[in-house]
Amino acid sequence: MIPPIAKFLARHLLKGPYTMRGAPDPDADGLLELAEALGQRARGRLGRSLAIREVDAGSCNGCELEIHAVNNPVYDLERFGIKFTASPRHADVLLVTGPVTWNMAEALMRTYEATPAPKWVVAMGDCARDGGCFAGSYAVAGGVSAIIPVDLHIKGCPPPPRDILAGLLALLETVSAR
Amino acid sequence: MMGNVTLLEFLSGGREVPGHKPWPRYQLDARGWRALVEQMTVSNWEVLAEWGEPAEVHVLLRGEDSGAIAVVSHPCPDGKFFALGRVRPSAIRLERAIRDLWGLVPEGLEDQRPWLDHGRWGVRHPLGKPRQYDGEPYTYRFLTAEGDGLHQIPVGPVHAGVIEPGHFRFHCQGETVVRLEERLGYVHKGIAGLVAGRPVADAARIVARVSGDSTVAYSLAFARAVEAALGIEPPPRAVWLRALMAEFERIANHVFDIGAICNDAAFAIMLGHMGALREKLLRGNDLCFGHRLLMDRVVPGGVAADLSEAGREALGHMLYGVRKGFEQAVALYDSTPSLLDRTTGTGVVGGALVHRFGAGGFVGRASSRGHDARRLPGYPPYDELDFEVPVMAEGDVHARIMVRVAEVRASFKLIDQILAQLPDGPVLAPLMLRGAGEGVAAVESFRGEVIVWVRVSEAGKVVRLHAHDPSWFQWPLLEAAIDGNIVADFPLCNKSFNCSYSGHDQ
Ligand code: SF4
Repeated sequence: MIPPIAKFLARHLLKGPYTMRGAPDPDADGLLELAEALGQRARGRLGRSLAIREVDAGSCNGCELEIHAVNNPVYDLERFGIKFTASPRHADVLLVTGPVTWNMAEALMRTYEATPAPKWVVAMGDCARDGGCFAGSYAVAGGVSAIIPVDLHIKGCPPPPRDILAGLLALLETVSAR
Repeated sequence: MMGNVTLLEFLSGGREVPGHKPWPRYQLDARGWRALVEQMTVSNWEVLAEWGEPAEVHVLLRGEDSGAIAVVSHPCPDGKFFALGRVRPSAIRLERAIRDLWGLVPEGLEDQRPWLDHGRWGVRHPLGKPRQYDGEPYTYRFLTAEGDGLHQIPVGPVHAGVIEPGHFRFHCQGETVVRLEERLGYVHKGIAGLVAGRPVADAARIVARVSGDSTVAYSLAFARAVEAALGIEPPPRAVWLRALMAEFERIANHVFDIGAICNDAAFAIMLGHMGALREKLLRGNDLCFGHRLLMDRVVPGGVAADLSEAGREALGHMLYGVRKGFEQAVALYDSTPSLLDRTTGTGVVGGALVHRFGAGGFVGRASSRGHDARRLPGYPPYDELDFEVPVMAEGDVHARIMVRVAEVRASFKLIDQILAQLPDGPVLAPLMLRGAGEGVAAVESFRGEVIVWVRVSEAGKVVRLHAHDPSWFQWPLLEAAIDGNIVADFPLCNKSFNCSYSGHDQ
């Protein structure tokens, strides 16, 4: 009889890991946008690590689902030194989703103020750019930049995990360059 | 009046509004409406949704025994209506929202605090007679709890995890929660106002984004309501593909929920495992239909993407692996006593409360309310499919997990049947305009019953729309579920409910 452990090892050797190999290239548009946004500002030396605080400022929750996906074992964002934190006080980056609703505008502002400098803001999803399909409502202030300054946009509705990764890697490259 | 009169008998005294499909709409005057509210104290008619218009209030009701459904409308030109929330607690928040949005005052409602309106829109009653508002945001008077050693814990709107915003106010004695009160409305986007006046196709894009995790269910409910209003039949293949997408959405959400609940009991391996399974499912969606979450794939008239023969085969293979992985994970859950210890007996909701609120989905089914819109009122192709609706009675976190497990298994079987019987033919019927109309549809999302009501103009534009999320009747029960539990178990309870913020706030 084949011992169970041998079967187990064989299965895992043949199947390979869950995690996708390699990393997507940093988003080229993102690099350009960042170069512009950060050109004048001090760059932090973060030693290739980023702590992110996610803020849903009015999203439909679709963007959150894909943020969960970049944390799953297939994309495993943490292997690049990027991880999500529970408090803005521990964060370098605010990842903001959704059109900003008026009911969330103050909470977003306060979260931004609670984040220590140097800090960066990534607006994720088409809503976060300019309000997307919710623009023009009495309840919506607009995109993220209507309330706080934005350094990088990640396009899509919702952006697929690869694009989120590529965007965040572009940010990581830029802010950790000397 | 007698207690055993049926809903339709009762309503036959009112005026039937022509052109409302597929269920009738009746108008009641002030006396008729009041009689209805009084009748509700002795009848078991369920409130499925309640919404407003500038000078009219509507409620969608279902007669429990007959299953008959009807919209009841009450014109209220003086801006007041007799509150249904007096006799049906599930309607209280709905009526507070009606007041916020349309400015109609629910008379006799004890709780007159605003709900969705936080005093930040710059306008009051935006969908009724808008009035400019330049004052300060409202302060919210939370309910109190008094006693020795009680303290408060405010949480949110920005939470610690990657979840939607909302505020929770706990009153605690030591670690034990004495009272939880929710305050929602933070992600209110004004969807009903945004879609008014838009062509049906534009409105469909917005309705698909009421709650991103239920995008198929919302698109389907909207499509079915529009089709009812315009008298359009989608082609058979589209009907079956819609069900296929809906079941994929259900599985993907349930699978991830199960993992996330276990993660909140510090058992992260389940989340990792379930996350990998979900990823396979979403990639399947992307490959076959061109969008990971299937957004904008179900449209009025049919579906926007057909399934190729190769796609059908790929789905079959993918499902084989996902099923196996799913059963392995369930076996792990079942054989981990420390995890079961956290989920069993935690966050119990009694069956009586679930019935009173008419809560659906896994929240209802884990507490003995077995309602499922795919069965009642039912819609095609489910009448030709064989499926089980699992029901449990324990009402705890464990039961909500196990109901999800059983539903995932049932959905796998449904998909087998759909893939085997998928009819050939076109997938999209043209939207012929045959005059104005009103339509309503109920669709079972992974979370429960989603309802969309729509009025379409002769030009094919949405005149008014109301979308109802199942969370309306589940959020209040979360407050009850946490009662007497410790604060540390709140994430566990909350995740096991997984109510939608965006769907509720809209
Ligand atoms: S970008 Fe799309 S998925 Fe993201 S919040 Fe907006 S509508 Fe939802």
